[in-house]
Amino acid sequence: MATFPEFIAQNEERDGVRFSWNVWPSSRLEATRMVVPVASLITPLKERPDLPPIQYEPVLCSRVTCRAVLNPLCQVDYRAKLWACNFCYQRNQFPPTYAGISDVNQPAELLPQFSTIEYVVQRGPLMPLVFLYVVDTCMEDEDLQALKESLQMSLSLLPPTALVGLITFGRMIQVHELGCEGISKSYVFRGTKDLNAKQLQEMLGLTKPTAAQAGRGPQAPQAPLSNRFLQPVQKIDMNLTDLLGELQRDPWPVTQGKRPLRSLGSAMSIAVGLLECTFPNTGARIMTFIGGPATQGPGMVVGDELKAPIRSWHDIEKDNAKFMKKGTKHYEALASRASTNGHIIDIYACALDQTGLLEMKCCSNHTGGYMVMADSFTTSLFKQTFQRVFTKDVSGAFKMAFAGTLEIKTSREIKISGAIGPCVSLNAKGPCVSENEIGTGGTSQWKICGLDHNTTLAVYFEVVNQHNAPIPQGGRGAVQYVTQYQHSSGQKRIRVTTTYFLKAHYSFSFVPQFMFHLRRSPFLQVFNNSPDESSYYRHQFMRQDLTQSLIMIQPILYAYSFNGPPEPVLLDSSSILPDRILLMDTFFQILIYHGETVSQWRKAGYQELPEYENFRHLLQAPVDDAQEILHSRFPMPRYIDTEHGGSQARFLLSKVNPSQTHNNMYAWGQESGAPILTDDVSLQVFMDHLKKLAVSSAA
Amino acid sequence: MNVNQQTPMASPYGPPQPGYGQPSYAPLGGGYPGPYGPYNGPAAAYQPGAPPQGYSPYASFPSKAVAANPVSDLSSPLDLGPARGPLTSAPRPVSTPQAYSQYPQGDSQNGPPPMDHSMAQPAHRSPVSQPYSHGAMNLSGPHPSYSQQYGAPPPMQQVTNQMSGMQIGSGPPTSVGPGYAHHPSSQPPISAAYSSAAPPSYTQAPPPLSAAPSQPPPPSEPAASQPYYGGPPPPQQQPFPSAHHPSQPFVSSSPYLGPPSQPQAPPVSQQQSFPPGPPAQQPFPNSAPPPVSQASYSGPPPLTQHSFPPSSQSGPFPPISISPSQYPGPQPQSQPGPPPFHSGPSPRGPIPPPSMSQQQANHLPPGPMQQQQPPQPGMQGGYPTQQNGAFGQPRGPQPGYAGPHYPGQQNYGAGPAPAPAPPAQKRLDPDSIPSPIQVIEDDRVNKSSEPFTTGVKGQAPPLVTTNFQVKDQGNASPRFIRCTAYNMPCTADMAKQSQVPLAAVIKPLAMLPPDETPPYIVDHGDGGPIRCNRCKAYMCPYMQFIEGGRRFQCGFCSCVTEVPPHYFQHLDHTGKRVDCYDRPELSQGSYEFVATVDYCKNNKLPQPPSFIFFIDVSYNAVKSGMVNIVCQELKTLLDYLPRENPEADSVVRVGFVTYNKVLHFYNVKSSLAQPQMMVVSDVSDMFLPLLDGFLVGVNDSRMVIESLLDQIPEMFADTRETETVFGPVIQAGLEALKAADCAGKLFVFHSTLPIAEAPGKLKNREDKKLVGTDKEKSLFQPQSGFYSNLSKECVAQGCCVDLFLFPNQYVDVATLGVVPVSTGGSVYKYTYFQAETDRERFLNDLRRDVQKPMGFDAVMRVRTSTGIRATDFFGSFFMSNTTDVELAGLDCDKTVTVEFRHDDKLSEDTGALMQCAVLYTSCSGQRRLRVHNMAVNCCSQLADLYRNCETDTIINFFSKYAYRSILNTPTKTVRDTMVNQCAQILACYRKNCASPSSAGQLILPECMKLLPVYLNCVLKSDVLQPGADISLDDRAYLRQLLSCMDVSESHIFFYPRLLPLVKLDGGSLPMAVRNSEERLSKGGVYLLETGLHLFLWVGANAQQELLSNIFGTPTFSQIDPNMTSLPELDNPFSQRLREIIDSFRSQRSRYMKLMVVKQEDKAELIFKHFLCEDKSTSGGASYVDFLCHMHKEIRQLLS
Repeated sequence: MATFPEFIAQNEERDGVRFSWNVWPSSRLEATRMVVPVASLITPLKERPDLPPIQYEPVLCSRVTCRAVLNPLCQVDYRAKLWACNFCYQRNQFPPTYAGISDVNQPAELLPQFSTIEYVVQRGPLMPLVFLYVVDTCMEDEDLQALKESLQMSLSLLPPTALVGLITFGRMIQVHELGCEGISKSYVFRGTKDLNAKQLQEMLGLTKPTAAQAGRGPQAPQAPLSNRFLQPVQKIDMNLTDLLGELQRDPWPVTQGKRPLRSLGSAMSIAVGLLECTFPNTGARIMTFIGGPATQGPGMVVGDELKAPIRSWHDIEKDNAKFMKKGTKHYEALASRASTNGHIIDIYACALDQTGLLEMKCCSNHTGGYMVMADSFTTSLFKQTFQRVFTKDVSGAFKMAFAGTLEIKTSREIKISGAIGPCVSLNAKGPCVSENEIGTGGTSQWKICGLDHNTTLAVYFEVVNQHNAPIPQGGRGAVQYVTQYQHSSGQKRIRVTTTYFLKAHYSFSFVPQFMFHLRRSPFLQVFNNSPDESSYYRHQFMRQDLTQSLIMIQPILYAYSFNGPPEPVLLDSSSILPDRILLMDTFFQILIYHGETVSQWRKAGYQELPEYENFRHLLQAPVDDAQEILHSRFPMPRYIDTEHGGSQARFLLSKVNPSQTHNNMYAWGQESGAPILTDDVSLQVFMDHLKKLAVSSAA
Repeated sequence: MNVNQQTPMASPYGPPQPGYGQPSYAPLGGGYPGPYGPYNGPAAAYQPGAPPQGYSPYASFPSKAVAANPVSDLSSPLDLGPARGPLTSAPRPVSTPQAYSQYPQGDSQNGPPPMDHSMAQPAHRSPVSQPYSHGAMNLSGPHPSYSQQYGAPPPMQQVTNQMSGMQIGSGPPTSVGPGYAHHPSSQPPISAAYSSAAPPSYTQAPPPLSAAPSQPPPPSEPAASQPYYGGPPPPQQQPFPSAHHPSQPFVSSSPYLGPPSQPQAPPVSQQQSFPPGPPAQQPFPNSAPPPVSQASYSGPPPLTQHSFPPSSQSGPFPPISISPSQYPGPQPQSQPGPPPFHSGPSPRGPIPPPSMSQQQANHLPPGPMQQQQPPQPGMQGGYPTQQNGAFGQPRGPQPGYAGPHYPGQQNYGAGPAPAPAPPAQKRLDPDSIPSPIQVIEDDRVNKSSEPFTTGVKGQAPPLVTTNFQVKDQGNASPRFIRCTAYNMPCTADMAKQSQVPLAAVIKPLAMLPPDETPPYIVDHGDGGPIRCNRCKAYMCPYMQFIEGGRRFQCGFCSCVTEVPPHYFQHLDHTGKRVDCYDRPELSQGSYEFVATVDYCKNNKLPQPPSFIFFIDVSYNAVKSGMVNIVCQELKTLLDYLPRENPEADSVVRVGFVTYNKVLHFYNVKSSLAQPQMMVVSDVSDMFLPLLDGFLVGVNDSRMVIESLLDQIPEMFADTRETETVFGPVIQAGLEALKAADCAGKLFVFHSTLPIAEAPGKLKNREDKKLVGTDKEKSLFQPQSGFYSNLSKECVAQGCCVDLFLFPNQYVDVATLGVVPVSTGGSVYKYTYFQAETDRERFLNDLRRDVQKPMGFDAVMRVRTSTGIRATDFFGSFFMSNTTDVELAGLDCDKTVTVEFRHDDKLSEDTGALMQCAVLYTSCSGQRRLRVHNMAVNCCSQLADLYRNCETDTIINFFSKYAYRSILNTPTKTVRDTMVNQCAQILACYRKNCASPSSAGQLILPECMKLLPVYLNCVLKSDVLQPGADISLDDRAYLRQLLSCMDVSESHIFFYPRLLPLVKLDGGSLPMAVRNSEERLSKGGVYLLETGLHLFLWVGANAQQELLSNIFGTPTFSQIDPNMTSLPELDNPFSQRLREIIDSFRSQRSRYMKLMVVKQEDKAELIFKHFLCEDKSTSGGASYVDFLCHMHKEIRQLLS
């Protein structure tokens, strides 16, 4: 048996699960006293190339209210061919196919190393992958050109059988019919109107049978379902490439002092409606590319008068954002419709100003879609991020998965309070559902329309034992995560993770520090962030695993100098020294900061001189490290290369603990860090205050 | 004119046309007991002895003693019209002399004769000029004489009027040297005016003179007439004879005529007229007055004449004989009359002559004699007569008059009123009643040779059927404006009393023939057109410059306005600006101003217009072949978009949309390799899905457009979509024009009732049970207000909609047509469209529609001088207030009819002025103002009013009024109202201008002698009295169609042209025959033109040679009744026939499809439907019956 920390690490590595407490509060009271709730981060599709493909379906507990999956924690009676459910203690017969089972011939799901296992369901048709591009045309030609290229490129990354569709919008919305010969056709809708699926279906001439076929069609899985608007890539590759090539900027005139009329809300509604009536409950991605805010119709977030700026936090606080509520409601409705049908909505917003992510965030948050924010479609941030969406695993399958559901089963001692992450409730009530909700609660099942290997949810639990009937020592609370999803190959798969708590071990030492930075982070602090930015940061924060989340809370700072190998240093103003190069990773930004001296050297061009090759290496080291991060992270971070006194150094200065400010730097005196011009409290002050509170009886 | 009604007619006719008349009469007789009775009686009498009697009558007439004869003659003259028919056959042979006779005949109306007449007359005239003139004169004269005879005694004025009129009409200008003598005498008094007028009077007078001679002729006539009578056609012949007595040809003609037509009263009248003629002449001396009376003369005389004759005849003769005395009487009377007239005219005192002259001029117009005379002195005589005829007097009186009156009086005569049942039983002789053919023919002969100059106020232009040239001398050409009355009553009371509508039919952008100059374009610079400060009337010849040219006084409101410095010009000694003739706006009736930005919407110069084509691609449209045809045609047609500079490319941009229950827009931007289709299925809230690339220049995007037009038929070849929308289609076009910020025209090719769920969705509400009920009107109203509202928006944007319908069933034209009608567009309907047979018609319509010159985003305003006001408007337009006629589009075929009412007294001194200004955007995007000015006289005598009317225009107005009324009033009420109004008009005339005759006489004003027949045609039209096979759509369609017809179109629409296809050699057309089955010969082939259709009727016994020439087969049974074009055979007859057909088609704004109708084929029913003088299957009265009915109505009013 490994050490406890090793166990935890292994747990996370193997199962994608990490608990806030790895001990078991024995009663509700005890749990309350622990303040920090019992919770787990779960990465349902944690990349596990080593998992064997199980080509049969899981064995379920026969109790209707349980239906837990047979797992290594179950007690098995090989002779009687019985197994006892470790959640409800129901004794179950093995199915006939398990007739040969014995203690030396165990199925994989009973092996302890397969606490996480994945079943491949053979029943049912192979579901097509559907990609629906929703493209804004109200943007500068340069941006549009870059976007068109990215889109065309993406076609080559899609599996040939994937169905693609194209909706473009500006003042009007065009649903393009694909595969037309000669005249290209599109259906046009005005952007000021919201259509329900039925209206849309009629207007697009999509008859019910098509949808029905989509549901049945088991006989012809080879002939992927399609309609005029969603066709297999292999068939309309050229056509669509041409179509994209011919895309023009929205031709409607935009008069001076106006924003272009952009029917984003309606366009998304039509996209959702189109999939809703053609591919319900089938994995599908609506990829929305927007170059600005919705300025008309449902979901508009700002009027077309340039003199009226888009809402800021200030406006929102003053209740002066007149489109926000209505807009939000529109997008929430869309998100709900999309998630009901298992469809993902991605938003790629590239504009210098806000685009309405605040209102639209639910679309991505509820459907597991991506939200990417960049300044322009010409940036590598967008280009590479978008490309990275289509990365494939070793088996050549997309890392993305579709239409997932996460079901959690718990042993009797604990109940589920809720989940936070890119999911929506499936409203599955049951004995293990707590009445106290944290996040999306009241259910034991959630829908995660889009998920990838990093998608992580936080699930909150509650200990139900009363104080007078504590959980007996040695009892092992168990949790089973059952994730069903549509693999990018079109297969339906079920991944089951069963885990349990052990005895206590915990270190609180870093908590205050994290708390300090969390308070300063964009997740809580909106100062200097637009509503869109806040939404974006929060969106990412909600779905990343522990490591990434911590980076977001407390950025990592590395120092490079001639004094030794690169080393992590305190995220503190005292770390900013003239002879250092700093590399900061905030998750959203990768920043390289050249200290004052280094910067001067660099300007003097020493790195060009052969005798200063070591300096060249020093300069290169952080760049290489940054590249590594840039290449692996999704979405791709903003890369910033700056120096002492550079304007972009503000990103660094705003993150470090202001231990030295214009108020106290002389008091500190010794080391020559960089004073921060801020009135923010420093970590020292925060800790002092915390200590005071902790011992104060008034608390 | 005086139309002796049935009785007279009958009698004259009867006699003359024993055969003809009698048969016809017989039936008629039954119908018209009272009048007819007498008529018949006479007629019978006549008939029996008719020929002989007739002759004798003539003789008598001439002698006067032969009252009967005269009567017959008269009738015959009247009949002449009919006789002409015969004449036709005979006519030619008869030669010129006959022509005269023909005139009478013409009057008589016989179709055939007209042919001859037209042909012969001219020729004749020249040669026989005098005789003709005589004849004519006679006719005219006769009228007078008739008038005298008939009305002479009683209607002094009339007589005088008539006399004068007659004289004027007849001889005035022309020859009649002899008569002239008189005139001269008369003229002298007249003086210069006279000189001018004199001629007219002369011409007329001449006739009289001639008449005098004619009288002699009459005598001879009698003989001649007799012979004529002898001829079957006698009546006509007789008339001719009578008229032409002198001319032997007549005799010959008479035979011809005789047979064909029953020479009818007209001749008689003529004869009588002849006698009168002399008297007339005498009156002429009085001339001055007469002139005044002329109008009345023309009008009354005939009537009176005819009537007189009849009356006179029986007892009449004496009268006739007396006639001289009467004449004298009349003369004296006339003299006295003159005074009265004078009184009337006197106001003009000096004017009278002018007026006279004018009137004459109007009639003669051409000029006044001068013109005519020069050309054909002899002709003049003839012309005069014709003119008279034109006036109605000669013919009118004669034929019509003769018919009714004469019969009654003369033949029936004795019996008209009393008229004995016997006659009554007999029918009126159709040949004896006023013949449209004759009137048309006379006008053509009289007025086509000289240009019509517009400089003289108060003169009625030649008829629309006459081919003439116009010279703009300060009033708008009749091609632009035609008025119902060229002498407006001075007071509202007079107007009310007469019930004659005061209206103008305005065709602002009418196309002019190549030999006439289009309106000049005037640019007044940055300040824009010079206008009156108060009423905003535009600078025109009616502005009076004062104070040395520094100011001008408005002719409309009298306000004085400063002349802007840049426009200042000195005046000459007459007070005219020195540059008067250098400036179109000071010397022309019609011209255009270049409008400045102040005249533009939003103070922005307009963009060039756009054309958008909307093609229905639903199942029916594709299957019928329409889609394919349209697409094919557009490929070439787009090169012919309207342009002002033929050298340059058209600046009109085009766009394309196809639709069924959704709309497909096409992006045809030049940079595209292939067009792009953009489907808008959200039809509930239409919008334009694209901007750039929708409206393009044809040359820029030619490749893309061609590719599109090639692919559309393929794309929808297998469509199964049967539902269509319509409202959203127009909305789409509207949005497109809005987006492009331009005006334009939508061409919508539509097939079915739009039942798909969308705004403007319609339901099938065709319910034949409602027809004839009080709820019938609802069928003509749109189903909902949707389209009315839509059209408002369209008009605001300058979006004109042309609708091409290809229905296989009810499509609710009443509703679908709302937008086209309100936006100045057109509706075309091709029921049961089949590519093979209807292709040509549709394509020709489409080509014309696309190419025709038009203006966009137009506003028309009619300003009038103080005293009258434009109060009502008819046509395809929209009005948001009471004065501005808004037309999203205004093409060269569109007509707006404007009704005027008094709001004060008018002055005879100044007359009445109107100025029609149309502000529009030309097809090249230039903003322009077209101004038409019209000045008419004002009169204080009803006689003047009646003398200067134009019946065709009145009918145009009446029909539009009636067709609009059925929207709100039960159809029957509308019909009754019309009959009533016409009866009042005629009764008023009878009472105030022709009183002397007996109550039994039907006396029609010369200018209105065709009013009954045309009115009957209106009443019988499919809209007002539908047959069982007429669909609601057809009626709604015709109703809308009529609303913007000009006079020429409405004329042929109500009274189609029926041409016998005999000898087609030579450049002229055969003379038409009257629209009656009995005019058709089994052995003949006839061409019928209705303005919308062409029928080729083939008699069952048609000559083999004829058939071979036309069809290439000698066998009747081998003729394919389904052919829509004639085989191109290499023989002169075939070539000429096809030429004729082509020329007919080219004259109409819509292509007329040719239908071959074989006699006794079932399709013949359709053909017969257009024989509008016959009883219709839907219950419409025959002409004869209706005339009797009218007479009854009038008598009721008078009693």
